[in-house]
Amino acid sequence: MRQLIGLIPLIPLLSSVCLMLLGSRLPRLWIGLLGVGSVGLAALLTGLTAVDFLANPEPFQLTLWVWMQVGNFAPGVAFYFDGLTLVMMSVITGVGFLIHLFSTEFMEEDKSYARYFAYLNMFVAAMLILVMADNLLLLYLGWEGVGVCSYLLVGFWYQNSANGQAARKAFIVTRIGDTAMALGLFLLFSELGTLNIQALGVAANETWQVGDKLPLIACLLLLAGAVGKSAQLPLHTWLPDAMAGPTPVSALIHAATMVTAGVYLIARTHELYLLAPIAMIAVALVGLTTSLMAAFTALTQRDIKRILAYSTISQIGYMFLALGVGAWSAGVFHLMTHAFFKALLFLGSGAIIHCLHHEHDIFKMGGLRTRMPVTFWSFMIGSAALAALPMTSGFFSKDQILLQAYQVDGIGPWLWLGGLLGALLTAIYSFRLVFVVFFGKANTEPDRDTGWRMALPLSLLCALALFGGWIMLPVAEVFPVASGLHPAHWVEYVSIAVPVVGVVIAYLVFYSGQLPVDGLLNRPSMQSLQRFWHSGWGLDALYDRLFVRPYYALAALLKGEPVDAVYGLIVAINQTLNGWLAEGQSGQMRRYLISMVFGLIVVLAILLGVF
Amino acid sequence: MDGLNIPLSHILLVSSLLFAVGMLGLMMRRNIIFILMSLEVMLNSTALAFVAAGAHWGQPDGQIVFMLILSVAAAEVAVGLGLVLQIQRRFKSLDMDNANRMQG
Repeated sequence: MRQLIGLIPLIPLLSSVCLMLLGSRLPRLWIGLLGVGSVGLAALLTGLTAVDFLANPEPFQLTLWVWMQVGNFAPGVAFYFDGLTLVMMSVITGVGFLIHLFSTEFMEEDKSYARYFAYLNMFVAAMLILVMADNLLLLYLGWEGVGVCSYLLVGFWYQNSANGQAARKAFIVTRIGDTAMALGLFLLFSELGTLNIQALGVAANETWQVGDKLPLIACLLLLAGAVGKSAQLPLHTWLPDAMAGPTPVSALIHAATMVTAGVYLIARTHELYLLAPIAMIAVALVGLTTSLMAAFTALTQRDIKRILAYSTISQIGYMFLALGVGAWSAGVFHLMTHAFFKALLFLGSGAIIHCLHHEHDIFKMGGLRTRMPVTFWSFMIGSAALAALPMTSGFFSKDQILLQAYQVDGIGPWLWLGGLLGALLTAIYSFRLVFVVFFGKANTEPDRDTGWRMALPLSLLCALALFGGWIMLPVAEVFPVASGLHPAHWVEYVSIAVPVVGVVIAYLVFYSGQLPVDGLLNRPSMQSLQRFWHSGWGLDALYDRLFVRPYYALAALLKGEPVDAVYGLIVAINQTLNGWLAEGQSGQMRRYLISMVFGLIVVLAILLGVF
Repeated sequence: MDGLNIPLSHILLVSSLLFAVGMLGLMMRRNIIFILMSLEVMLNSTALAFVAAGAHWGQPDGQIVFMLILSVAAAEVAVGLGLVLQIQRRFKSLDMDNANRMQG
């Protein structure tokens, strides 16, 4: 069984190639079967491997071939399989399969059906390579592969130029982080002489002491890569715009899997981070500020997908917070539960958008509770899990993160307080969404209800979002054990109560209207604050001023090729001279003759010594 | 060589004058037939110089070169008249200035 894990990324890859080459000639049913079936098969194989692995939880390594051999640098196309890999693979193939199934209904009227599944399958293959890689170079291959697929899928409806812009933005902004990450890989290789992840951990512990400068630099460079991919401050601006892609894509790539690659990277290289405590604090602070910033922004958005996008940024901020405080398994746990409930919410919003003539504005929806019951319950459960209401999956993971953050020496309680504020805001904005969209009076009538291919993934994800918190992650071997100390009971009670308070506030404000906030919100200062939050804290405008416009100005300047002016001058001189000389070539035989005679006379005169 | 004792310099002068006349005609005429005729005049002026020089030094070479020039002139006329015909057909005129298709 263990030899077969190489097949798991191969199957979606083959299917993707098939769809690319033959897609336009296959009937739609075949395309759907190939697209969904390949991921389903990968999920099945993952499940079989999981059964095998859980019976005998021994990490193993599988080398397929040596990728390249340059001196003593010989990265293999090799997979490493342990509990963390298993968790990631299960999320990718399992949630991925449900989203593929959902897509067959969501995209059924699209004429680029085959292209869609080709990209989506290629994404799954690249993401699997990313999480299964045993060295950082192969991981980087998958890392860039998912970036390309994200670009292709965000710009899937490329006929609209805004979508192409969003795709380019996603690609370029993440590329900034990727460049830093590549530098980090160079540094690690030049210092430690290997890129194999397990060997790196050993070598780093032998070479470096805790608090050394080099691991700090390497970790910060890797963090920059993770920040770009996982849409954290300051490189998060691409994710809200990436919602231009089809909604199942947002669910798979921009909520469940790809954007959590940064979390995976840090968790995977945790042995390096343990050597650099400052880098870990940086991870925690980046996560906390991002999660708060995105939560405030989500409060003011009107577009259903942008709300979910900002909530994704915010939740990944939580995962970073968890990693930063050393709660590795809690971070990965939140990654998994988040994949469940955020995929559920995105697919739910996809169902709404599909049935509501592509309406995105939540204030034009309303009253959908009775008209779309499956979607309503999906959103209820998804939002409950997102808000971390007790007994849902999100509750278990977020609770672990908050409690472990509290125990950090020094800044722990502050991190905890920040996390609590984030949790409160999360509860408010997620239930604002529920109350505005599903209750109240209907503003737009749905023209259909969801079919089974939408309802089935939603129901399964509902179950996972509800009960996913009971899954025990097999990552005890992977990460160092967290301290067994428990903070005081009141800390625990407050952590549990805060989301409930948030839901009550959302109920009072957005449903019953008993909490009159209109007067407060209509004040000029509050209005401008709302606009500020709505624009994503003005960061887009800031980056536009700082980077985009200077770049365009520079491009406009260089368009005239000032450096080429020197060479242009030489050309101009030659052309002028040529023009003058060409005058003489009139084609008039007699003129040639006259000039010849004139020349003859001159020559003769010289010979005869006249001059 | 008695009786007709013309100094060589006189003949060379005539030859030079003929050459100049031919060259002027070549430069100033536009009709291609006249250009060809001017060319003949120039050829004959050089031939005259050769003959005179041969006679002056009592060498046969001058006359041999004269024969050579005669045959060159005949060949030149054959080719030249062929060209004249072609030019007449193509440009419907014998004006040399019209045949300036090759201008830079």
